[in-house]
Amino acid sequence: MKHRYLPMTETDKKEMLDTIGVNSIDELFSDIPESVRFNGEYQIKPAKTETALMKELTLMAQKNADLRSHTSFLGAGVYDHYMPIIVDHVLSRSEFYTAYTPYQPEISQGELQAIFEFQSMICELTGMDVANSSMYDGGTALAEAAMLSAGQTKRKKVLISSAVHPESKEVVKTYAKGQYIDVIEVPHKDGVTDVDALKEMIDDEIAAVIIQYPNFFGRIEPLKELEEIIHAEKAMFVVSSNPLALGALTPPGKFGADIVAGDAQVFGIPTGFGGPHCGYFAVTNKLMRKVPGRLVGQTVDEEGRRGFVLTLQAREQHIRRDKATSNICSNQALNALAASVAMTALGKKGVKEMALSNIQKAHYAKQLFKAKGFEIAFEGPSFNEFVIKLNTPVKEVNMKLLEKNMIGGYDLGRDYSDLKNHMLVAVTELRTKEEIDTFVNEMGDYHA
Amino acid sequence: MHKDDQALIFELTKPGRIGYSLPEMDIPELDINELIPAGYVREEEAELPEVSELDIMRHYTALSNRNHGVDSGFYPLGSCTMKYNPKINENVARIPGFAHLHPLQDESSVQGALELMYDLQEHLIEITGMDQVTLQPAAGAHGEWTALMMVRAFHEANGDHKRTKVLIPDSAHGTNPASATVAGFETITVKSDENGLVDLEDLKRVVGEDTAALMLTNPNTLGLFEENILEMAEIVHAAGGKLYYDGANLNAVMSKARPGDMGFDLVHLNLHKTFTGPHGGGGPGSGPVGVKADLIPYLPKPILVKRDDQYVLDYDRPQSIGRVKPYYGNFGINVRAYTYIRSMGPDGLKAVTEYAVLNANYMMRRLQDSYDLPFDRHCKHEFVLSGKRQKKLGVRTLDIAKRLLDFGYHPPTIYFPINVEECIMIEPTETESKETLDAFCDAMIQIAKEAEENPEIVQEAPHSTVIGRLDETLAARKPVLRYKKQ
Repeated sequence: MKHRYLPMTETDKKEMLDTIGVNSIDELFSDIPESVRFNGEYQIKPAKTETALMKELTLMAQKNADLRSHTSFLGAGVYDHYMPIIVDHVLSRSEFYTAYTPYQPEISQGELQAIFEFQSMICELTGMDVANSSMYDGGTALAEAAMLSAGQTKRKKVLISSAVHPESKEVVKTYAKGQYIDVIEVPHKDGVTDVDALKEMIDDEIAAVIIQYPNFFGRIEPLKELEEIIHAEKAMFVVSSNPLALGALTPPGKFGADIVAGDAQVFGIPTGFGGPHCGYFAVTNKLMRKVPGRLVGQTVDEEGRRGFVLTLQAREQHIRRDKATSNICSNQALNALAASVAMTALGKKGVKEMALSNIQKAHYAKQLFKAKGFEIAFEGPSFNEFVIKLNTPVKEVNMKLLEKNMIGGYDLGRDYSDLKNHMLVAVTELRTKEEIDTFVNEMGDYHA
Repeated sequence: MHKDDQALIFELTKPGRIGYSLPEMDIPELDINELIPAGYVREEEAELPEVSELDIMRHYTALSNRNHGVDSGFYPLGSCTMKYNPKINENVARIPGFAHLHPLQDESSVQGALELMYDLQEHLIEITGMDQVTLQPAAGAHGEWTALMMVRAFHEANGDHKRTKVLIPDSAHGTNPASATVAGFETITVKSDENGLVDLEDLKRVVGEDTAALMLTNPNTLGLFEENILEMAEIVHAAGGKLYYDGANLNAVMSKARPGDMGFDLVHLNLHKTFTGPHGGGGPGSGPVGVKADLIPYLPKPILVKRDDQYVLDYDRPQSIGRVKPYYGNFGINVRAYTYIRSMGPDGLKAVTEYAVLNANYMMRRLQDSYDLPFDRHCKHEFVLSGKRQKKLGVRTLDIAKRLLDFGYHPPTIYFPINVEECIMIEPTETESKETLDAFCDAMIQIAKEAEENPEIVQEAPHSTVIGRLDETLAARKPVLRYKKQ
C-alpha cells in the first residue's frame, strides 16, 4: 500500500522487523485475542485521490446556501461579521495549528504569548480581572459558570433568564443534571428579564442568576438594577455577553458581574455551521483559582527573560482527577488565536466603530420595518437584533427569501410557544443600505 | 524588560494606527445616546492594540517562530497522536459552502453539510463497530462526560438508582475520573497488575450492584492491549454495569479490533488525534460518541436521520440526555476528519495502524538497552520507558525531556501514566519516516550516555531554545494573567 502520508518503504519495513525480531507486522498484533480480532477491511468508501476528493467535496459544499453567496439576516447567537483577511493568514501558520497544548514552554512561547494576549483582550472588553484561555463555546461556558457558582456558594439552585439563548439554556440544564443542580427559568417581560418575577424568585438558596447582555431578543438588559437584586441575596451574578457589543456598551464588569462568559465567534471566526467557535470565561480576582480550563501566566527564566507558562494547574483535571470541578481539557486555542488577531486588527478604535455600526444599521432596519407597517415586538434599546411580528409562519417566509438569495431571521416560535410567527432579525455592519432596503421590501406584506 | 524579550502586541501600540477596513456606514447615523440608555454607553474604551496590518503580521510571524508544531519537527508526544495534518483537510474546511454556513438556516439549505455529517457517522459506526454515533461533543473530555450522562440516563430509566460508581483503572488519563465526577458519579480506582494490565481480581472485588460503568482505554495508556477484555466485559455486564471505551486514540487498533466487538457499550473518539483534525495548540477538537442500540434513545438531541433522501435533524427525543453543545458539534473539525477518512479508505486506515504499531515497536527495541523498559512485550501504537536508571545518576526524566529540545524535538509525554516511575511515553505515529525515528533514537541514546558521563549538560538543558527553564513557582505564587496598561 502506497500513500502520500505513509513514508515507510518495503526495505524500511524489513529492517525494522529484523530489529524487533519478528517476521511480520501481524505478529505485533498477536496479543489481540482471536475472539475480538477484526479480520478483513472496513466496509467504508474506497480512498480517493486528492483531486477527485477535492472535486467531490466541493460539489457537496455547493449543495449548501452559504453566507458568501447569500445575504443573511440570521443571528441568534452566531453572526456574519467582518473577518479581517489577515486572520486566516496568521491561522494558516502551521507552527500554531499543528502544535499540541503548550506543555513545553521553551518551544511553545508563541502559542503561550498569543493566549496571554487573548486573556488580556477579553479582560479589557468584559471589564473583568481574569480570563481563561478559552472554552468550547458560549453555551458550555455558561454551564461551567453555573457549576462554579454552585461550588462557590454551596447552593444548588440556579436561576436563568428566559431571554438567554435557548440552546445555551438547554446545555446548562444538561450539565446541571450531572451536578444535581436545579435550573429555574425567570420569565421575560416585554423582551427583558422580568425584574419583579426575579425579586419573587430569588432567595438565599440561589447560587447564581444568569442574564444575557444583549439578550437573545437583542435587548439591553438593565444590569444595574439586576445586580442589586442578585447580590442582595449573595448569589453570583453571571452575565453571558456578546463581546463585540461590549465595544459600545458598558461592560458587565462595571456592573459588578462575578462571571462573564460567552462566545468570541464575532471576532474573526466563521459561522462554520455552528462550530468550532470560541467560548470565553472571565471572572473577578476573587474567583481566579476557581476558573475552569487552562490559564497562561507570565514569569521569567533563569536569566530574567520574560516568558509564559500554563499556570495554576492544580485546578485542572489532569492533576486533580476525581476532585476536579471541571473536566475540560482540549479547548479552542486556535480559535482564541483567530479572535486575538481579529481583536488586534480592529483594535481600540475599530471594535468600538464596528459595535456602533451594528447598533446604527440594526436601528435603521428596525425603523424601515416600522415605516412599512411591521410591529416590533419588545420595542426598546437593542444591539444588532430585534423582533418583528409576521402574519405567516417564519419558515414559509424564509423559504421565499431563500429563492431571492436571502437568509431570513430566526423563527422564535421554535423555542417560545407564545412567539409563533415572530422573527428575530439580525443586521450586522456587513449589511449595506441596499441589502437592508431590499430585504425589507421583500418582506412586503408579511406584517401582522 | 530584558533586551531579548518578545514584545507584547500591546507594547507595539501607537495611538492613531489602525489595522482594519470596516464596511462603509452608508445609512443615516443617529446620536448613540438616543439609542442606548444613559449608563449603558461605554465610556472608557477597551485598551486593545493600535497597530498596522504589517505590525500584526510581523508580530504573529515572530510568535509562530517561537513555536514547535508537527510541521516544524518530530513530536512523539505519547497519547497525543501528533501525526501529520494533511493540507487538503484545511482546504476543504475553508470551502465557503462548509465554512460560511449558519447553523440555524433552514434544513433544506444545508443538505450538503448534513450529508457530510451523516456519512461521517456511518464511517465511524463501521470503524468502531457501534450502532449509532453523535457528533455533538466538542472534544474528548466532552465526549467522555456525554457518554457517562447517557449511562446515568440508561440506569435511571430502568429505575436503577443505586448505580452511583464508575470504575477506572489507575493507568487512566485524568480526564476519566474528572468526567465521571462532573457527570455526578463517585469513582473507584481499579489496580493494574505486574504486567501493566487491569488486575482482574481487583476488578471482581470492586464491581457490584452499585457499578454504573467501567471506563477503559484499550490499548491502555501504557500502550498495552488488554488481552482479557472479553472476560472484563463479562464481569462488568454480569454486574449490570456498562462498558465504556476511551477511544481518544484509535491509532493502534483500526482494522484490527473494534470496540463494539470487544463488548463495549459506548465509545468516544478524538477526531483531532487518529483522524488528523489538527491540535491547534490545544483545540478545537471533536469528540463523537458511539453507542450500542440499547443506548440510542439517550443520545444528545438533535440526532441526524435520513428520511426520503432528505437529511433531517430530529429533536423529538423524549429520553435524550438533552443538548450537550449548542448546534451540532465542531463541524469544521468533523469536515477535516471526514476528508482524512476518505483520503485513506479501508486499506489506508489499516496501513495506518500497522505502521503506527511497527514504528512504536521499532523504537522501543532500539531504546531498550539505554533506558528501563517496564513492560517487555509487543506494544501497540506507543510505549513507556522509565528513567529510573538515569534518576540514580541525578538526571530526572524532566531533564531528559528538556535536553531533547536541544536536538530539535518535542519531548515525549513525561510522568504519565502515573503508575510508572519517571515515565517517558513515546508515540511516533505512522507518518514519520525511519530516518526520523533513527535520528530521535540516536539522540535518546546519546542523552543516556551524557547522563552517565556529563550529567550537567542534561540537568541544565535546554541550551539552545529562545528561553530557558521558566520559574513556574513564581507564575503560580504571584499570578500575572493579563497585560495591563501602565
